[in-house]
Amino acid sequence: MDTRLVTAIEVVVGVPVVLIGYIWASERLVALLNARWRRVIRPWLWLAPALAFLGFFLIYPTVLTAIRSLQSKDSLNPKFVGLANYKWFFTNGDALGALFNNVLWLVFFTGFTVGMGLLVAVLVDRVRFEAWAKSIIFLPLAISMVAAGVIWKFMYDYRPAGSAQTGTLNALIGNVGLGPIGWLQSPGFRLSTFAIIAIMVWMWTGFAMVIISAALKGIDAELLEAARMDGASEWQVFRRITLPLLGPTLTVVSTTMIITSLKTFDIVYTLTNGNYNTDVVANLMIKEMFTFGDFGRASAVAVILLLAILPIMGFNIRKFRSQESMS
Amino acid sequence: MSLWLRRLAPLAVVVVVAAGCVSTNSSSGDDSDLHGKTVNVIGTWGGDEQTAFLKMVEPWEKQTGAKVKYTGTRDINTVLTTGVASGVLPDLAGLPGPGQLAEYAKAGKLKPLDNVLDIKTYQSETAPALAQLGKSDGKVYGVFIKAAVKGLIWYNTKVHDYGANPPKTWTDLMSQASANQGAAKDVWCLGVESGASSGWPGTDWIEDLVLRTAGPQVYTNWYEGKVKWTDPAIKKAFQMYVTDVVGKSYGGGKNAVATNFGNAGDPMFANPPGCELLHQASFITTFSQFKSHTAGTDYNFFPFPDIDPQYAGAVEGAGDLFGMFHDTPAAKSLMKYLVTADAQDIWVKIGGALSANEDAIDYPDEVSKQSAAILAHAKSFVFDASDSMPTAMNDAFWSAMVALTNGSKTVDQVLSDLDRAQKDAYTS
Repeated sequence: MDTRLVTAIEVVVGVPVVLIGYIWASERLVALLNARWRRVIRPWLWLAPALAFLGFFLIYPTVLTAIRSLQSKDSLNPKFVGLANYKWFFTNGDALGALFNNVLWLVFFTGFTVGMGLLVAVLVDRVRFEAWAKSIIFLPLAISMVAAGVIWKFMYDYRPAGSAQTGTLNALIGNVGLGPIGWLQSPGFRLSTFAIIAIMVWMWTGFAMVIISAALKGIDAELLEAARMDGASEWQVFRRITLPLLGPTLTVVSTTMIITSLKTFDIVYTLTNGNYNTDVVANLMIKEMFTFGDFGRASAVAVILLLAILPIMGFNIRKFRSQESMS
Repeated sequence: MSLWLRRLAPLAVVVVVAAGCVSTNSSSGDDSDLHGKTVNVIGTWGGDEQTAFLKMVEPWEKQTGAKVKYTGTRDINTVLTTGVASGVLPDLAGLPGPGQLAEYAKAGKLKPLDNVLDIKTYQSETAPALAQLGKSDGKVYGVFIKAAVKGLIWYNTKVHDYGANPPKTWTDLMSQASANQGAAKDVWCLGVESGASSGWPGTDWIEDLVLRTAGPQVYTNWYEGKVKWTDPAIKKAFQMYVTDVVGKSYGGGKNAVATNFGNAGDPMFANPPGCELLHQASFITTFSQFKSHTAGTDYNFFPFPDIDPQYAGAVEGAGDLFGMFHDTPAAKSLMKYLVTADAQDIWVKIGGALSANEDAIDYPDEVSKQSAAILAHAKSFVFDASDSMPTAMNDAFWSAMVALTNGSKTVDQVLSDLDRAQKDAYTS
């Protein structure tokens, strides 16, 4: 038998068996105890596998990464270098440029996806072809980032002035006598970064829209009706009633988008690999680690990224909790 | 606990134990008999090159009954760096350059090949310069599966045939090129885009210019990190590149950074032609328009002209260096086979490759025969400098060439960037 098949069977059958075995054994153990101890022990026994996995696959690597970030490049014989890797990050022009790009991503990617998602959700809310419109806008999310990169490479394609423009955008602006513009090759004003942000906005607006739209459906129609009866204009209804009620949803969507923007990697890697002032922190991390083999610096970048995301995650969890306690 | 769970659990345990038994049964066999064995090979080849490689190993597979499992990747550095750290390595792998070869050999990851190859035959058949590059501490750790001559200048014979009177010096080249431009808009075809390694065709330009203006010694010191980038000898090459190459290129630097190196020669065959000359290695014949035209009649090349006469006859080359990470009998047997003239002839005949083995002579046309002759008869031979630098330096060099070609940075800016990267990359 093919060894891969054997492994597959072992995993598919073995994992549930071990878990079931664990539960069975722990229940037998609990049965031996008296009622008071049972109440104390049982939840921990049930939690233990999840905690073990979390500890092994999340906490342990995180701690190790933090330690590694204080060590030198050499992976066979790492030496303690203190905060040198962090110092490198905050004094290196390329690294700071990448950090700045992430800030641009955070502001513009989040702003556009949430803003446009809200706009579309509200606009199509009461029209006949709503399902169609939403499906079409949601569609790009199903495309993988790399495939989206390839598609947009054709959109942004550049040919010298005077020859036929094969890129869709340059052909379009060529018709009105402009360009051609090297969309992906223009570091000035970080144009290329914005060109890449536009691709991700195209992909993720649908996601924001779907969630906002669902929240929109949840708003009591009678509430809106009452406002209209009282003579509120459509704008006032939106501004004073819909928007505040959407508040928690918008926060959750925004934080999700912020985290997505901080994690941006694959689209940049496929389109420019960080050239033309488009580098982002995650790409820098991959480069330091896999291309240069500098595990110390890569770990430092990872820790910086983690520290940047942590407060947002915390905020998100607090929001979830307060929402749950409301309902 | 429910009843069904109690019944199910022992049953599942039986299945796992049974499966475990099956998997242990399958690992048995004789060491000398290679039948049914597999050799894992990782290289950078895809498409036509991958097909050619698989053709090359076919006779070996038939003869031994073993199989080659080839994986192609554009990111060999990543695969090997993580592989060395984790211990999961292929049996045979392409190495980015002699620098990595030495690094992995020192770390004890690569196996020496002195007892694997038929070393006497290998040494007598192989171009000495290439054999030397596969060595580290006096032992052979790498062999060239195929090789390429860099810095050839390709032209469309219909626009102007340089065959009778190829330019001998750089000045000669520049004046002839402008005189013979004909209907071509610009002198140089230029394209430096290449995905994650964008910029390398630009580094090849700089290397050829440094080699011929400053000589092999400076060239070597330069990639070893002993010469600064802002050194006048290196700076001169960058300035020549900007004025004589980018300034005279089809569509300018903006177009060059948006054009893939494989398609850079396309305007040469367009009507009217966009550019006259393309600087590229011998392997370009398997790309885009070169593939659909005939070597020798539709296009041809002349070697990179000399610039400073005292460094005449220097040639830059590159190649696919292969090393062995696991010395299994099958891997050894395959390695031994790959360097033989019989094996090398298979790829050579398909085209696009030169062989380090001088007894492989089945070149498909005059053009490849000529480039093979350049490789065999070079007065001094140097390996691709950027591929010999530490990866961080190489990567910075690539990015610098993209920024410089694009015009977003000046020569002085990229050189001081590179100096900073140099300080960082060579200390580890």
